[in-house]
Amino acid sequence: MTDAATAAEKPRSQWADVWAQFRSHRGAMIGMGFFVFICLLVIFGPMLWDIPPNKIDIRAKNQGPSLAHPFGTDQLGRDTFAQVLAGGRVSLLVGVTAMALSLFLGTLVGVLAGYFKRLDSPLMRLTDLFLALPILPLLLVIIMLFRDPLRAAFGPEKGIFILVVFVIGITSWMHTARIVRGDVLSLKEQEFVLAARSIGTPPHRMILRHILPNVLSPIMVSATLGIATAIITESAISFLGLGFPSDFPTWGRLLSDSTNFMTLNPERVIWPGLAISLTVLSVNYIGDGLRDALDPRIRGR
Amino acid sequence: MKLKATLLGAAAALALAPMAAQAGRGDSGHLNILYWQAASILNPYLSGGNKDIDASALVLEPLARYDENGNMVPWLAESIPTVENGGVSEDLTSITWRLKEGLIWSDGTPVTSADVVFTANYCMDESGGCQQLAGFADISNVEALDERTIKITFDKPKPFPYSAFVGSTMPILQQAQFKDCVGTNAPNCTEQNFGPIGTGPFVVDEFKANDTISMSANPNYRDADKPSFASLTFKGGGDAASAARAVLETGEFDYAWNLQVDPTVLAEMAKGGKGEVISAFGTAVERLMVNMTNPDPALGEKRSTLEGGPHPFLTDPAVRRALSLAIDRALLAEVGYGAAGKPTCNVVPAPAIYVSTANDECLVQDIAKANQILDEAGWMPGPDGIRQKDGVRLSILYQTSTNAVRQDTQALVKDWWSQIGVETELKNIDAAVFFGGDQSSPDTFQKFYADIEMYTNLFDGTDPEAYMGSWKCSEIPSPENNWLGNNMPRYCNSEYDALVEKLAVTAALEERAAIVKQMNDMLMQDGAMIPLIHRGSVSARANSLQGVKLNVWDSQMWNVADWSRAE
Repeated sequence: MTDAATAAEKPRSQWADVWAQFRSHRGAMIGMGFFVFICLLVIFGPMLWDIPPNKIDIRAKNQGPSLAHPFGTDQLGRDTFAQVLAGGRVSLLVGVTAMALSLFLGTLVGVLAGYFKRLDSPLMRLTDLFLALPILPLLLVIIMLFRDPLRAAFGPEKGIFILVVFVIGITSWMHTARIVRGDVLSLKEQEFVLAARSIGTPPHRMILRHILPNVLSPIMVSATLGIATAIITESAISFLGLGFPSDFPTWGRLLSDSTNFMTLNPERVIWPGLAISLTVLSVNYIGDGLRDALDPRIRGR
Repeated sequence: MKLKATLLGAAAALALAPMAAQAGRGDSGHLNILYWQAASILNPYLSGGNKDIDASALVLEPLARYDENGNMVPWLAESIPTVENGGVSEDLTSITWRLKEGLIWSDGTPVTSADVVFTANYCMDESGGCQQLAGFADISNVEALDERTIKITFDKPKPFPYSAFVGSTMPILQQAQFKDCVGTNAPNCTEQNFGPIGTGPFVVDEFKANDTISMSANPNYRDADKPSFASLTFKGGGDAASAARAVLETGEFDYAWNLQVDPTVLAEMAKGGKGEVISAFGTAVERLMVNMTNPDPALGEKRSTLEGGPHPFLTDPAVRRALSLAIDRALLAEVGYGAAGKPTCNVVPAPAIYVSTANDECLVQDIAKANQILDEAGWMPGPDGIRQKDGVRLSILYQTSTNAVRQDTQALVKDWWSQIGVETELKNIDAAVFFGGDQSSPDTFQKFYADIEMYTNLFDGTDPEAYMGSWKCSEIPSPENNWLGNNMPRYCNSEYDALVEKLAVTAALEERAAIVKQMNDMLMQDGAMIPLIHRGSVSARANSLQGVKLNVWDSQMWNVADWSRAE
């Protein structure tokens, strides 16, 4: 990473360019604004909104929106707004961490496969293998097998968190790997790489300095898409009643608990559903904007 | 109120009965029944699940069964044998049943006493894994005296001889069909187990395991005018809420079973106007099972077995009493069950003669007293607010099956327990896994790898003898008996076992009731179980379906032959 620092002069203007281009993408700006807003809300919201998400107040059950409970209450009188905030923390944290893990794995496999010819075939077959696995049944089996040991080691909530992040991470890196490998293969044939090699640059320096910065654009895009997939997968696991304990709110869990009350209190389904959809949509728009901004051929047009 | 409405409904149905009786077989067309837990087999001897037993009850019939009021009525038998009519011997060691005249199987062959004898031997074959073996307890011999007479001999006096062949769990199988399915072959006879030949109002046309059963009217049914429906579909799958919706709101189905749905939601659906919610109270109690053995994962194979040692804190009576006192049962009933639930402190909530009043302390929630009990027992709050003693923290893993009502109950109980300094971790497991009994799964209710688990249990008929036998030491599930056995709390008390023996040889009803109460009190005061709610059965029927009499003592399908479509 010291390499990036030595070349501080040039890249700064490059990043300024990227930022300028990104700003011209309206959807991306709105998306980013919303994403930042949601992040701030779930991080600082629970400090301001001081009703605990698990506080049961049975006399106030199944209420519609009011000043005391802006999103209404559920069948046990728990405040839906507090639950959406607490659920958002978990869902977003799972999304970001799982994305980071899958990004790391995907980039590693992609770069190794693209740069080292001998590794290409075995690593890509491994990728194909993972792509061929049916994700949801696999998740269910993994959760059944490893839930107890992890629960014993880290406690119920942390244990399940690690498990969920891990399973989402290791089942979603394949697309990143394929995209990165493709880009690395084409980069490897370009003149500047040949030039670098001719002066004897060792492979690790080659990858870090010349290859990685140039595949940053697809990595960034798949990162944003990865967050979206991770949030949705976590919601799916929670919706199926697996994953976190039943009194631990996540957006997916809130949604599945509310389905029976849809006709009675529609807002209970609308809010978590809206939170999931809008977050995923905003993240997708950010990805879209980033792709445009990071592509030098589009930039400046 | 609900009960009254049901009774009125029943009265109305009776008034309509003469009209319905004029209708001929097959006049009512097609019947759609929805069981959200799908039937997986049509042989009750190989399944303990209500869904399977109810589906089988459409086809197979017992000698006698219980009506909707809990009275025994002869079904394939001419009459109920008693000491008075000579059917039961004076010394109570034998019972003689006589089949109705002219009974024929749906394939046209006659039903004989040989079929009954065969069925007894089929279940009593120890290698067959028969689920209803308890019903054949103490039987030394079953013989056919003539074409229509069966004599069952017991090896000791049996004051209540009506267990074998009474109720939908023990119907008669056809010898000709099942003769090659005895012993270890029993589970392998797919064709027979999926399409038994019976005497019931319907015959199986197509059976898709865990999905749909198609049936049509039995052409050889003994009443020429019944059943009123020409065909039926017995559909499985979905969840309780969607099943309720299918009958009450969309009207796609005529009958749905076991609707454990939030009462607010159910009431909202009932406004749909397509059907009616029916309920009746039987013997079902939603209870917490308290694990008396140590479920610590570190024990490996020995966890939750007697060899693994006693539970670190649930063996302390003070803790169990405090846990029970901290629960507001009335609120649980209101939130989760509405009119179909009543608070109870007994594991035997009905019939009235067996109901004890010795445990009613728990009917009223008393958090202060619960705290005081724990204080006195030396459990003091630690730095994190959780009570502890000698390094043992009161931290409970509380598991149950996945169902919205059960998760609400869990959340409420957790909240109350936190008020007495007990930490609770909730876990919910898919019902198919939890009740599935799969030997390889760690999440079954038999393995009980948790401190507390919650589910409902009940007994068929009105006699609790077999049910009370569930908490004998020998009934404790363990790896040795393949985790079969009903004693989930791993309760073991020689005094209790002695009472089980005593009950088996006591004849007078009052004495039996006294013993059952004593056993019930023993279980409650020892805290092996913490009863919560006396649950009514809740089902839904379409407005156009008449003749339904919700039966909590037998299969809900018990009188399906009398069901018909209103004009």
